Amino acid sequence: MSTEPRFDVPGTPVFDGRSSRRGFRMNKLFMSLRFAENRERFLADEKAYCEEFGLAPEQQEAVLARDWQAMIDLGGSIFYVYKLAMMDGRSMQYLGGVFAGMTEEEFVAVMRAGGRTDG
Amino acid sequence: MAEVIWGLATSHVPSIGAAMDRGKTEDPYWKPLFDGYRPAREWMAQHTPDVAIVVYNDHANGVDLDIVPTFGIGTADRYRVADEGFGRRPVPDVVGHPELSLHLLESLMDDGFDLTVFQELDVDHGLTVPLSIFCPDPGEAWPCPVVPLMVNVIQYPQPTAARCLALGRSIGRALETFHPDTKVAIFGTGGMSHQLAGARAGFINPDFDAMFLEAIETDPEKLAALSREDYIREAGSEGIEMIMWLIMRGAMNEQIRRVHSTYHVPASNTAAALALFDNRVPR
Repeated sequence: MSTEPRFDVPGTPVFDGRSSRRGFRMNKLFMSLRFAENRERFLADEKAYCEEFGLAPEQQEAVLARDWQAMIDLGGSIFYVYKLAMMDGRSMQYLGGVFAGMTEEEFVAVMRAGGRTDG
Repeated sequence: MAEVIWGLATSHVPSIGAAMDRGKTEDPYWKPLFDGYRPAREWMAQHTPDVAIVVYNDHANGVDLDIVPTFGIGTADRYRVADEGFGRRPVPDVVGHPELSLHLLESLMDDGFDLTVFQELDVDHGLTVPLSIFCPDPGEAWPCPVVPLMVNVIQYPQPTAARCLALGRSIGRALETFHPDTKVAIFGTGGMSHQLAGARAGFINPDFDAMFLEAIETDPEKLAALSREDYIREAGSEGIEMIMWLIMRGAMNEQIRRVHSTYHVPASNTAAALALFDNRVPR
């Protein structure tokens, strides 16, 4: 599968049909975390839960390591990935900081100052 | 004929709902945004519709990626408020208007818009936050029944902006043959500029947002001519949600009157805006 970006917009992942096919099982896992009983099962044995959902090895690795960038690169949709972050008590500002290469506090401060307007 | 009395374009950022649910609207972080809503809220409270069509997108709560409907319409009596992973928002479930839903479905299909039908649907912040912006204290029930109109803006290819404007115009024509004297409000939700993932996360484009806020009233054709790539480049990968405002705009008259608008950065990672338009301009 080509990994060429769909558009020439630097630093901007576009969640398309290819990404969605690739991330299908992983996004299903994230979706399941809306429910408390699934969160409990996941936390009791994360690896087994990933296997149950049929994640590819590199996806499982990304989930277990909380490698947020890798989850996006491997077909995660940010709205689905966020379910895992929420379970961990992480905010969208924390994730924004991870993707932008800054701390959560720095990211919040940048947003409060009007956001990253130089993109 | 049924009449669109007003259109509300508004962001639907989940933290806006959370700020209301947790009583934080007077906090320094949130106060400017909610102060900006006030004149619109007062005006809407004086102009309660019989039914609202809410154009929104789901965020991994009511639907997953098994099925990705480009355009969907709810035809149910009631829609449950979704549990997005942190419990349901403490707001009323949404009462539907199946009669208008089915009328729109039939009329839009005849007009070439092949909608997916939802007989059961949990509605997430994409729909409930705009309702809270319309009505901050609903008590036991929202002020009117709702027709949910769901748009895929998450997975490329989203519908084009031009198709969204055309769908809105078709909704406008469909309402001409619905029960006389039905007063309809239409909500276009999402936006403004924001990007949640990638090295450009946190991207905000106030110039594009200002242009869009103006042109949604005066020159929607200009916005309909922009490509998906234009939206993603200029408004961020999630800013493409703004195409949903064009569905609202299309359902309204050529001449509309701006009642109030406001723009604020940030609401979490997003530029938040509201624009309220009166559709009953003497011609």
